[in-house]
Amino acid sequence: MESPARSWREYPQRYRLEAAKCTKCGKVLYPPRVVCPACHGREFETVTLPRDGHVVAPTVVRVPPTGFEEETPLPIAVVELSNGVRLMVQVADMADPMELKIGDPVHLEFRKIQQDGEAGLLFYGHKAVRD
Amino acid sequence: MSVGIVGYGSYIPRRRIKLEEIAKVWGADAPSFKRGLQLHEKSVPGKDEDTITMAVEAGRRALIRSGGIDPATIGAMYIGSESHPYAVKPSGTVVAEALGITPQAHVGDLEFACKAGTESMYLAHSLVKAGEVRYAFGIGADTSQGAPGNALEYSTAAGAAAFIFGSDPERMLAEVVETYSWTTDTPDFWRRSYMHYPRHGSRYTGEPAYFRHVMNSAKGILEKAGLKPEDLAFAVFHQPNGKFPLRVGKRLGFTMEQMEPGWLSPWLGNTYSGASPIGTTAVFDVARPGDLVLLTSFGSGAGSDSFIFRMTDRITEVQNLAPLTRMQLDNNKIYIDYGTYAKLRGKIRMGE
Repeated sequence: MESPARSWREYPQRYRLEAAKCTKCGKVLYPPRVVCPACHGREFETVTLPRDGHVVAPTVVRVPPTGFEEETPLPIAVVELSNGVRLMVQVADMADPMELKIGDPVHLEFRKIQQDGEAGLLFYGHKAVRD
Repeated sequence: MSVGIVGYGSYIPRRRIKLEEIAKVWGADAPSFKRGLQLHEKSVPGKDEDTITMAVEAGRRALIRSGGIDPATIGAMYIGSESHPYAVKPSGTVVAEALGITPQAHVGDLEFACKAGTESMYLAHSLVKAGEVRYAFGIGADTSQGAPGNALEYSTAAGAAAFIFGSDPERMLAEVVETYSWTTDTPDFWRRSYMHYPRHGSRYTGEPAYFRHVMNSAKGILEKAGLKPEDLAFAVFHQPNGKFPLRVGKRLGFTMEQMEPGWLSPWLGNTYSGASPIGTTAVFDVARPGDLVLLTSFGSGAGSDSFIFRMTDRITEVQNLAPLTRMQLDNNKIYIDYGTYAKLRGKIRMGE
């Protein structure tokens, strides 16, 4: 389970979908990096990712990691957002996870991602929801 | 200075359980429950939806309808709920961080059974009116719980509504004409520390609690504003079931046409702190410029807050900028059985 400190450091990305845009070549990096992999630039501006996109690669996890037993089968997908940035996210609100297909339009919603047992912290972020 | 609402939004989870599905498990007579409570189905939060997540989504929709307010200029945010995910640690800090309101903001969690949502609106409105902040968020959200087999299990539901208060004439979509509150110590419903489920005074929750407070609050604000029921285009009352809001509205002199647009409980259930605020968002979705809207909440314990809003010309420009409340209620539903419901609501004891 994540420590409170690590989780806290990632709030801008997890809560507000803040990404880094390379001021030299314009590439948007999520999560942000120290060096741009495209042009090796080191200066970035903060941009907020759009919350609409489509499914590029769906899958369904049937043997879940600890903490996700009650959410099995667990749909996960690589989603390409409308600005071209791709990220891997859980997919929420699927009555039948096998219905998730390549190309399905989705949007990102703020959801609880996991919790540290009964007494620990709650961790929030974004999941994809099919439109 | 005129103060009012400059943005609003709602969030309703997709999952639903039908009243028959609950009645079947407990050997109850579904038709008599449906007739008596005027309830058909209710919303159920997913494992990943809680007061915080619903408040964030409703808040984002309010920001969209505000016409581009910079979240950093919002000086206060309050969340009313009786299902804050933490016993100690605010819901509001997570929501404010996610919406981009932090760090220069006054943030707080409120609790007052089903009226904590209008409490947050009351405070937000008052701070803007006092000139302390430029904008303030008032949010009501709940994932309410009823004990298995208890009458409350047929109605306890989930949802959220968010309102941004401000005084910019160019952004205002509903001016606050009047506010009023009516409060007494009436022990009709409570939950002690460490208890999972609330207890209530059965039929005692009706006359001395709900009806007395809602009647006095609604009458009080109408008198204060110098208005009669026929002057209002819409009236929204707290809706713990389908029956109570219609009965109290009729007693006050309102017609079905005035109440129906904000009467969601037969298909939504009781979203507690979200109930009358979500009903208000449904009314805002269809209101026209100049319409007067009455909102009267009720919270057990007990108290009742009232607002009268006058819609401005801007309302019709923003209605379709974010998901409409009725559309969320009627579309994309996922029906679940009682077993799934019990799992999602944490009613199953898991192995170590």
